[in-house]
Amino acid sequence: MADEVKRGAEGGGEDPGRRRGLFAWLRSTQIWTSVFRHGPPDTPRNRTLAVMSNVFLHLHPPKIRRSGIRMKYTWCMGGLSFFLFLVETVTGVLLMFYYRPTAEFAYADIVSLREDVPLGIMRELHRWGAHAMVITVWLHMMRVFLTGSYKPPREFNWNVGVMLLVLTLLLSFTGYLLPWDQLAMWAVTVGTNMARATPFVGHEGPGAGLLKLGDINLVHSGSDVRFALLGGRAVGPAALLKFYVWHCVAFPLAAATLMAVHFWRVRKDGGISGPL
Amino acid sequence: MNPVTALAWQPPKFYTDAVNTVLGSAWAVVLLSIAGLVLMLRFYRIWTRPKIAGAIGGAAVLLLAISYFDPAFRAIAGRPDNIPIVMMVLSVAFFVWLAFRQAALNDERLEQGLPPREAEAKEAEKTFVWPDLVYIELIALILFSVFLVVWSIALKAPLEQPANPAKTPNPSKAPWYFLGLQEMLVYFDPWIAGVLMPTMIITGLMMIPYIDRNPRGSGYYTFRERKFAVSLYMFGFLIAWVVLIFLGTFLRGPNWNFFGPYEPWDIHKLEPLTNINLSEIIYLRIFGRGMPAHWFPREIFGILLVLGYLFVLPVLLARFVPLFRSLYERLGNARYGLLMLHLLVLGSLVIKMLARWTLNLKYVVAIPEYFFNI
Ligand code: HEM
Repeated sequence: MADEVKRGAEGGGEDPGRRRGLFAWLRSTQIWTSVFRHGPPDTPRNRTLAVMSNVFLHLHPPKIRRSGIRMKYTWCMGGLSFFLFLVETVTGVLLMFYYRPTAEFAYADIVSLREDVPLGIMRELHRWGAHAMVITVWLHMMRVFLTGSYKPPREFNWNVGVMLLVLTLLLSFTGYLLPWDQLAMWAVTVGTNMARATPFVGHEGPGAGLLKLGDINLVHSGSDVRFALLGGRAVGPAALLKFYVWHCVAFPLAAATLMAVHFWRVRKDGGISGPL
Repeated sequence: MNPVTALAWQPPKFYTDAVNTVLGSAWAVVLLSIAGLVLMLRFYRIWTRPKIAGAIGGAAVLLLAISYFDPAFRAIAGRPDNIPIVMMVLSVAFFVWLAFRQAALNDERLEQGLPPREAEAKEAEKTFVWPDLVYIELIALILFSVFLVVWSIALKAPLEQPANPAKTPNPSKAPWYFLGLQEMLVYFDPWIAGVLMPTMIITGLMMIPYIDRNPRGSGYYTFRERKFAVSLYMFGFLIAWVVLIFLGTFLRGPNWNFFGPYEPWDIHKLEPLTNINLSEIIYLRIFGRGMPAHWFPREIFGILLVLGYLFVLPVLLARFVPLFRSLYERLGNARYGLLMLHLLVLGSLVIKMLARWTLNLKYVVAIPEYFFNI
């Protein structure tokens, strides 16, 4: 065992003249070698191990085409989208400590986040991060399109991407309601009013009158999709709670799952695209 | 709108008046943008040269900066929630340049019989993720974190009055990324603008890899080798999405009336609404008689027009127009049919805009009895 660690720490073929001093000592401690099971990443073998033996870096293959890591090729936009998703998750969890999704408390909690939390920028980070994520996802999609990276064998991953796009927008939209101010309530009212017009299942949609039992309309303002979406005829406390659950539980889980699939497929489809 | 204090200096009135006149209506904005897109695609080898692009970009940023001195402009574009949209427009412009610059360089190489830059031996060579990629990611992460923190300190997240179902703000706007769809509501009923369009945007995007069978242009920037695909995507993204969002955010005020970029949002602005339906044009103006009582004879012309547009036009195009004929030959029935359906629905937006502007047309088919208006 000790032998193995030692071998790992020395990591074959290292220039013995380099790495003296404090850092070298740190690297030789048992604590360090217990965490990083390979020597300094300056040999091909250790660079490979640096990626392969780390569960997070392992999203990447150990080696990659040079054109694929150029900033001007990927713009780093997929990575930034993912980074923003993580920012949203962390700041979102912190916000959840302060926020109660009821008509009684929601607005007041946001006010106290603003007024009472010293140096608080969590709400700002969360809001601006969300706007930024919408933008980076669009830009990422544009880069994928313009490099033709949806072409075989990446057709499926493009579609996973489209689902992620939809989820990003839904996350942003459901979050929009939570401050429970005028902006929130009316933006969501305008948005969800569209559901009234869904063909057949919205009470003002084409064909809404077709679903009938005798004389009784089955699709009306108290039974259509909009009602199901909001839990009521208008944006009210029920909608607030529903949106909160979608926003904090359902959509993030779905997005995280799809991201895992997305990243997995980037690798399985042969890494970042390049000319065939 | 909160009154905004005037600054010591304001952009000259002849300039703001001129812009307000040129960008004086939604259709002017859309048509000018389409013209801009066409020029952009036509001359991409020229304007993407760093010096020219730099000059254009510099001028645009300068113009934006000057605009912020205008109180009416600042009242809208200076709102905290609208800042991201300004950033979105700027970053989209930058990245469109970056992509088309690389496409222009690659296309030149392709013309000379060389492979695209991404295929050069030194680009195709594999390199270690650690450190080459990991460090790039780390730097990007740090820079972007700093950017986010600075942004968050500089700009407080807005909070308005508590939600009040009895008090409808005017204008009521959806979140900014849906304002393109809300702008479509001017031309279409909610079942089209709010349900059909978003659905077809999603289905359209999902179909892309299965419809675009062109094997070239995979894994490198190029325009030459996939002109149709790139033009269509840029039209959809830049015009039908970004420009409409821009319009819906900055140029639509109370009652969803149109306001020029430097025009104060006056809640009392009146825009005469004299829109008429196709059936009225046909029966009242052309036939010079009354409207039929039943919806079927009343709307039959509109219905035929829509059916013809969606289902006959693609056939005619495939027969008689070379571009579409070659598309049809390459794609086959199913792919061609799906592509044309999506293309024509997207095109119907522009057609409806033009018809509104020239004929004051409201609905092509109007059957309010069944909430079915097109
Ligand atoms: C939350 C949203 C998303 C995240 C976090 C994400 C993340 C990523 C990352 C990290 C990559 C690696 C390469 C790069 O950074 O460009 C990637 C590649 C890819 N993404 Fe996304 N993505 C998202 C949305 C989308 C969307 C909306 C699309 C398209 C509709 C898409 C399609 C693809 C495709 C096809 C690839 C492979 C590209 C290649 O091999 O060059 N993704 N994505």
